Amino acid sequence: MELRVENLTVARGGVPVLEGLAFTLSPGQVLILCGPNGSGKTTLLRTLAGLQPPLVGSVSADPEQITYGAHADGLKATLSVEENLRFWASVHGLSDIAPAVDGFNLRGLLERPSANLSAGQKRRLGLARLLVTGRPIWLLDEPTVSLDAASVTLFADAVRSHVAGGGSALIATHIDLGLQAETLDVGPFKANANRPRSDDQRDAYADFDEAFL
Amino acid sequence: MIALLVRDLRLAMRAGGGFGLGLAFFLIVSTLVPFGVGPEAKILSRIAPGILWVGALLACLLSLDRIFQLDFEDGSLDLLATAPIPMEGIVTVKALAHWLVTGLPLTLAAPLLGMLMNLERPGHFWIFLTLLIGTPALSMIGAFGAALTVGLKRGGLLLSLLVLPLYIPTLIFGAEAATRGTAGLPASTPLLMMAGITAGSIALLPFAAAAALRVNLR
Amino acid sequence: MSLWEFANPVKFMALSGKVLPWVIGLCTVTLIPGLIWGFFFTPEASNFGNSVKIIYIHVPSAMMAINIWVMMLVTSLIWVVRRHHVSVRAAKAAALIGVTMTVIALITGAIWGQPMWGTYWAWDPRLTSFLILFLFYLGYMALWAAIDNPDTAADLTSVLCIVGSVFAVLSRYAVNFWNQGLHQGASLSLDKEEHVSDVYFQPLLLCLAGFTLLFVALLLVRTRTELRLVRLHRLEVRERMKDA
Repeated sequence: MELRVENLTVARGGVPVLEGLAFTLSPGQVLILCGPNGSGKTTLLRTLAGLQPPLVGSVSADPEQITYGAHADGLKATLSVEENLRFWASVHGLSDIAPAVDGFNLRGLLERPSANLSAGQKRRLGLARLLVTGRPIWLLDEPTVSLDAASVTLFADAVRSHVAGGGSALIATHIDLGLQAETLDVGPFKANANRPRSDDQRDAYADFDEAFL
Repeated sequence: MIALLVRDLRLAMRAGGGFGLGLAFFLIVSTLVPFGVGPEAKILSRIAPGILWVGALLACLLSLDRIFQLDFEDGSLDLLATAPIPMEGIVTVKALAHWLVTGLPLTLAAPLLGMLMNLERPGHFWIFLTLLIGTPALSMIGAFGAALTVGLKRGGLLLSLLVLPLYIPTLIFGAEAATRGTAGLPASTPLLMMAGITAGSIALLPFAAAAALRVNLR
Repeated sequence: MSLWEFANPVKFMALSGKVLPWVIGLCTVTLIPGLIWGFFFTPEASNFGNSVKIIYIHVPSAMMAINIWVMMLVTSLIWVVRRHHVSVRAAKAAALIGVTMTVIALITGAIWGQPMWGTYWAWDPRLTSFLILFLFYLGYMALWAAIDNPDTAADLTSVLCIVGSVFAVLSRYAVNFWNQGLHQGASLSLDKEEHVSDVYFQPLLLCLAGFTLLFVALLLVRTRTELRLVRLHRLEVRERMKDA
């Protein structure tokens, strides 16, 4: 499953933040998304995941093939680690959580309510969720926040084996994961009123923004 | 979808889940009313069906903001939205979980509380029947209101303001059916009207609520 | 040339700017004479006394209160289907006028009800329906006020307006059912025209036209303001993003 994007403009609060994006994420590929804070990486990932519509352009991949790993892990404090994982597995129609548990070294924590986990352990659980979705395209937003060095290695291994199995990953991160990856810098795509625009971009903005100028 | 229902029920039962809060509130309201209007049995038994309906409605309202708010805050709602369950299904399951945790216990408790209010004999059956048919509509309408206000910082009060006017038809028909039934009058018309509202709400409101949720997530 | 062209904010601003003075003028020459005629140049009704003259405010405002909600429903639907900014801003602008009309109708009704029925308020189906309509207006406006992003607010309030309309109609039936009513006042409203002699009816028609024009004028002014507010919001957001 390939994720291809052409001439994509994403908007936050109705205002374009990145425009004219074009890239391809093929099976087996890791793409590192970089750019300063507030440059629109999260907005881009949410748009690709189908949580918000793009202002211009379209995303070629089926949202059913994509799983999105956000800043927040979506964990329930009163459920145990195992219950949390089993829930997400069954939502996605899977039942085997063993690879996820072993891949992120959660075996010893299974019974523990996730309220009693440290920030790094929570993050590991949140990342383990990716494995129980069974989806080929991972979109990850700052996955290594609050992970220690050993856990970062676990995560990098998980990405490696996911990619080796024909999956792909688009990762917004500021640290070097030691992965074989290409880099996509969003800087050049920053929305700018002075940039020359294509016709369909103009149409999309024209309905309001340019209306009074 | 069943996994989601099981999870929501489990969360409600665990510490801090708020299970039983609505029930306790209902009990307190039913206790306070006689303090307000006086202990005269005749008056109490006359107003009992209405008071029980209003009490159940308010108790239902109490937990509405939790339907989506907690999942929104911890990011689960984003992940659920990208999961292979349609948004309409999420709304329906969440409303069902709310009803099982709030509406159903209220329905079961209402005949007992009726005794506190000197409710006459057939009234126990009628209050049970009308609440059984009416409370699913309250949960569904409430889920719609919760979907509208999920993104807001202090949406609780606003939620009440939005949802209470929508509750009016259900309340009128429900309380009217209960009152008529208790008094031995024919009650099928209001009962059918209320059943119609419940059926219509369950059939159509998930679409409106799902649309509101999608807007709030983007 | 289609009607939808005025859904473009620029065209709407240009046209509404030109039309507005005329609407205000027309409103002035219908509403003021209508009210003066109704108040001072109609005979005193033998059975109702002078208080009857409040119908020249009460009836038009009550009609507008309902019509404005219907107009909001239509404009909300247009926003949901075709996403025309003017449409949903007009709905927001109309709500403010609609709620005012509802309050005027309720207050004048109470003032009139006192000498007529000996009470300011009765849980009569009509009065109750207006009270409920007032609550619906409040909820709609509160939702607008609570949301920062104008597009999000537009989407959510439109959904609320559509769902609310269904429940408003249901409420109307429910209230009728709940209390069949003791409304002798119905004999004075338009659905029983035969009870109202022309002497009273002609100025009432003029007032109805005046109130409608007043609504159109206020709507145009307020919609223009709303559009400018959205524009302002967009510019602010853009500035903030530049800083970031």
